Amino acid sequence: MTLGLINANPVVHAKKERIARTDDPHADDAVDPLEIYDILYVRDIRDPEHPYSLEQLSVLSEESITVDEKLGRILITFTPTIQHCSMATVIGLCLREKLKDYFPPHFKVDIKVAPGSHANEESVNKQLNDKERVAAALENPNLRQLVDECLYSSEL
Amino acid sequence: MASSDEWGRGLHGIILRDIPRHESTTLFSSLPNIRGGACETPVNLAASITELVYRYSISTRTMDFADENFELREVQRLEGHTDRVWNLAWKPATGVDGVPAVLASSSGDKTVRIWEQSPFTGSFECKAVLEDTHNRTVRSCAWSPSGKLLATASFDATTAIWEDAGGEYTCVSTLEGHENEVKSVSWNASGSLLATCGRDKSVWIWEVLPHNEFECVSVLQGHTQDVKMVQWHPSMDILFSCSYDNTIKVWAGDGDNDDWHCVQTLNESNSGDKMVSCSDDLTVKIWGSDIMRMQSGDGTAPWTHLCTLSGYHDRTIFSVHWSREGIISSGAADDAVRLFVESKDGLVDGPTYKLLLKKEKAHDMDVNSVQWSSMENRRLASASDDGTVKIWELCSSSGQKKA
Repeated sequence: MTLGLINANPVVHAKKERIARTDDPHADDAVDPLEIYDILYVRDIRDPEHPYSLEQLSVLSEESITVDEKLGRILITFTPTIQHCSMATVIGLCLREKLKDYFPPHFKVDIKVAPGSHANEESVNKQLNDKERVAAALENPNLRQLVDECLYSSEL
Repeated sequence: MASSDEWGRGLHGIILRDIPRHESTTLFSSLPNIRGGACETPVNLAASITELVYRYSISTRTMDFADENFELREVQRLEGHTDRVWNLAWKPATGVDGVPAVLASSSGDKTVRIWEQSPFTGSFECKAVLEDTHNRTVRSCAWSPSGKLLATASFDATTAIWEDAGGEYTCVSTLEGHENEVKSVSWNASGSLLATCGRDKSVWIWEVLPHNEFECVSVLQGHTQDVKMVQWHPSMDILFSCSYDNTIKVWAGDGDNDDWHCVQTLNESNSGDKMVSCSDDLTVKIWGSDIMRMQSGDGTAPWTHLCTLSGYHDRTIFSVHWSREGIISSGAADDAVRLFVESKDGLVDGPTYKLLLKKEKAHDMDVNSVQWSSMENRRLASASDDGTVKIWELCSSSGQKKA
């Protein structure tokens, strides 16, 4: 069932039924995109501006995650709801923060907007993957609070 | 707060195209300086500036590298920091003449640790933890040329100056002024000037006055984005800065040194003494300047791009450092340390470099900083997101360390 909104955005989709998975991300050695999607619990990450989850807004899907287990690389691409989404970088921060402790330390996580999905694609991607900038942003109390609200909001 | 503007309210800044330069954020590196004192390097780019004589002496010494196999042997792993280690710096004039080697490391745990090598066991021990001063990540640290002072740059927008009183470190001054995160600090060769830079896009030059007083003499605007690193030339009062705007700028002062201006913005078409830079664009670039002009004191002698090392790294290179013998070390986001030396193939104009060795899994996580010891030619330190500092020895594969 799709809920249409009277105002222009966003398009909200129904929540998918959650399939029970093992809670332990290290239960087996394989790192599976579906597992990452689940860990991200995108159903539970709230969009910074709207009271819906990233999943409901189709910002992220299971297909947006690729894993190269041999090299230890994870690539997540997400689709902001509109081309000039000013919250794209905050969403990226939330994704990174959510994944932080789930993988062996040598794993590298790259987060990008889906190609063509954002007007400032290159600069958003550059910022999201600049380790120093991400670290400084997460030490900033205002941003920290916003990220925490997105990740831990009980409104969903 | 300013940082909120960049996260969530639209980004400013553009990626400059069509200018041959690093295609992404330039990080700094070093200038090799064999004339005593620590290697200074600016910009996540390692800027190594060599003098003419040095270059010739390097060219004879690098013949040795071509003939042998080398390995990087881990000597020790220093644990203690509780968050990633961003930067480290060897203390000048230590590790020689019976003075134990000393190293400072700065961390996301808001502290700086001082490590000293025991003359009895040869192991490095943590001698001091500089804490309760910065309240955010300490991003970098730099010793004054005399080793008496240590400057620490922090995301808390301040730079602290510490004095070593026989093993006890006290914060004797705090430099304020940057609007947000300070990312790098560097002393000039004589120790009379200090430079800092940060996300507020500016570079500050401070004069070192008696009684641990510091006075800002210039605020340099010119970069259009976050300035990630600054480094002074090892013998001249020329300052290099590198930035998220993908450029390296060269700054020189006029006679009285209070009027600083940008004399050059580096891109590939510019064309010394050599400097090496590294970047998010996965390349290492070597730059050179007109040695004659520099030796005659001309700080505005232009820099030219000499060569680019590409295809060796597949993730961001965070640090490069040029040793006194001309070995370039790199620390990257694939957890590896790589060493490059000049290649003597002689098939092209100008220098070319080749990979001497790659140390995979040098750390468990990203390598943020590499620094050759200024005193012991084949000793290297590295700092990592895994919270450790490692000491390495470059040996020939037969296991013998050359003098």
